[in-house]
Amino acid sequence: MLGLDLTFLNWDVLSKFVLGGLRFSVQLTVVATLGGILLGTVLALMRLSGNKVLALPATIYVNGMRSIPLVMVILWFFLLVPSWVYGYLPGGMNNRAEYSAYITFIAFEAAYFSEIMRAGIQSIPRGQVFAGQALGMTYAQNMRLVVLPQAFRNMLPVLLTQTIILFQDTSLVYAIGAYDMLKGFTTAGKIYGRPEEAYLLAAVVYFAICYGLSWSVKRLQAKIAIVR
Amino acid sequence: MTWDWQVFLNDDGSGRTYIQWMMDAWSWTLAVAGCSWVVAVSLGGIMGTLRTLPNSPWLVRLANFWVELFRNIPLLVQIFLWYFVVPKVIPVFQQVPGFVLVVFALGFFTSARIAEQVRAGVQALPKGQRYAGMALGFTTAQTYRYVILPMAFRIILPPLTSESMNLLKNSSVAFAVSIAELTMFAMQAQEETSRGIEVYLAVTILYAISAFAVNRVFGFIETKVRIPGFIVAGGTGGGH
Repeated sequence: MLGLDLTFLNWDVLSKFVLGGLRFSVQLTVVATLGGILLGTVLALMRLSGNKVLALPATIYVNGMRSIPLVMVILWFFLLVPSWVYGYLPGGMNNRAEYSAYITFIAFEAAYFSEIMRAGIQSIPRGQVFAGQALGMTYAQNMRLVVLPQAFRNMLPVLLTQTIILFQDTSLVYAIGAYDMLKGFTTAGKIYGRPEEAYLLAAVVYFAICYGLSWSVKRLQAKIAIVR
Repeated sequence: MTWDWQVFLNDDGSGRTYIQWMMDAWSWTLAVAGCSWVVAVSLGGIMGTLRTLPNSPWLVRLANFWVELFRNIPLLVQIFLWYFVVPKVIPVFQQVPGFVLVVFALGFFTSARIAEQVRAGVQALPKGQRYAGMALGFTTAQTYRYVILPMAFRIILPPLTSESMNLLKNSSVAFAVSIAELTMFAMQAQEETSRGIEVYLAVTILYAISAFAVNRVFGFIETKVRIPGFIVAGGTGGGH
């Protein structure tokens, strides 16, 4: 068909080259999502704290990260994270690109998640905060028990959509040569002399995963909307 | 560590200084982003409009498929597809320069996002607008041309601003197929000069300046096309 030959991509080749990459892509997505939401929530709270000393650095960090291309951020962290950091991690410098990717994606996605969490927190009616205060809650209790759970729930579809984008963005670790799913496909394609077919199949797999995920998010959104 | 900004005045081995190379790279970035923007806005406008047509389920399906297809594959993979796979499958594309292929890749990728915004913009309009067009005896095409699209365009200006800034940032992915743009320059100059921090800093600043310029241009357009009393001024771009 059209000069393409997909037959070389049998299960053996896939499990040898692609599966490890897929595992890294998924791990990177999960770690960056959890770390990014955590750090992003802290940044959002700093920005909304009304305290200039906290708000200003958080604002600069978030806006700065969001005005730089992700590829440049990946390159920056790869250049700047000192090598002794990797010494503490298993595998050390052998996995430098992969570890650097984890650090980069947590730091980068935190900026985007922080904007989502900030919108979520601001979407909570002020009456909720007043109710908490009337019950004698401290600021921290109010945030932890009243505001953040609701903000998180309201923003769940948006957070998950961002996670899908994040999963797609993990392919950009290509810039530092980390071994992700795309790299798995391109490696297999190179070894068997069929790069075009490998790219095509990579596209199909990415599409299937992302389409499936976004379909689930849509279902979830509909479910949450009814409850509210 | 010490700064060494002199490095930009060094010869890069082909008779031009690094700063000249960087400026060339900057113009490539702007060219890729600008051309892709034209592709993205034209296709995104068409596809987004098709998705809102009242009586054409097949056109709606086609446009929905378009959006899902280009939204669910990573940009880097799409660039590889355009650059390596399309010329192999469709031989005519072997004559097409790499720059154009990357413009297509980035333009089609972004068009899916813009189509989503256009659809949201059209659906945000009150139904009465469409009925008003029908009551005046407009055809569907006329209703869109004179009533719906001019309003929808103004509504989506803020998200279109951020998407245009995203497009500019995404043009950095073109490094993967050796387009001589800023990120490519950053990687190569870093390797040749070992002055990574200075090189990256300069490139990062150029990206930030470009993104800010896009933001300002859209802010200007937004004030120019504002219809008094119609659309409450939102923040000018960048935000959510």
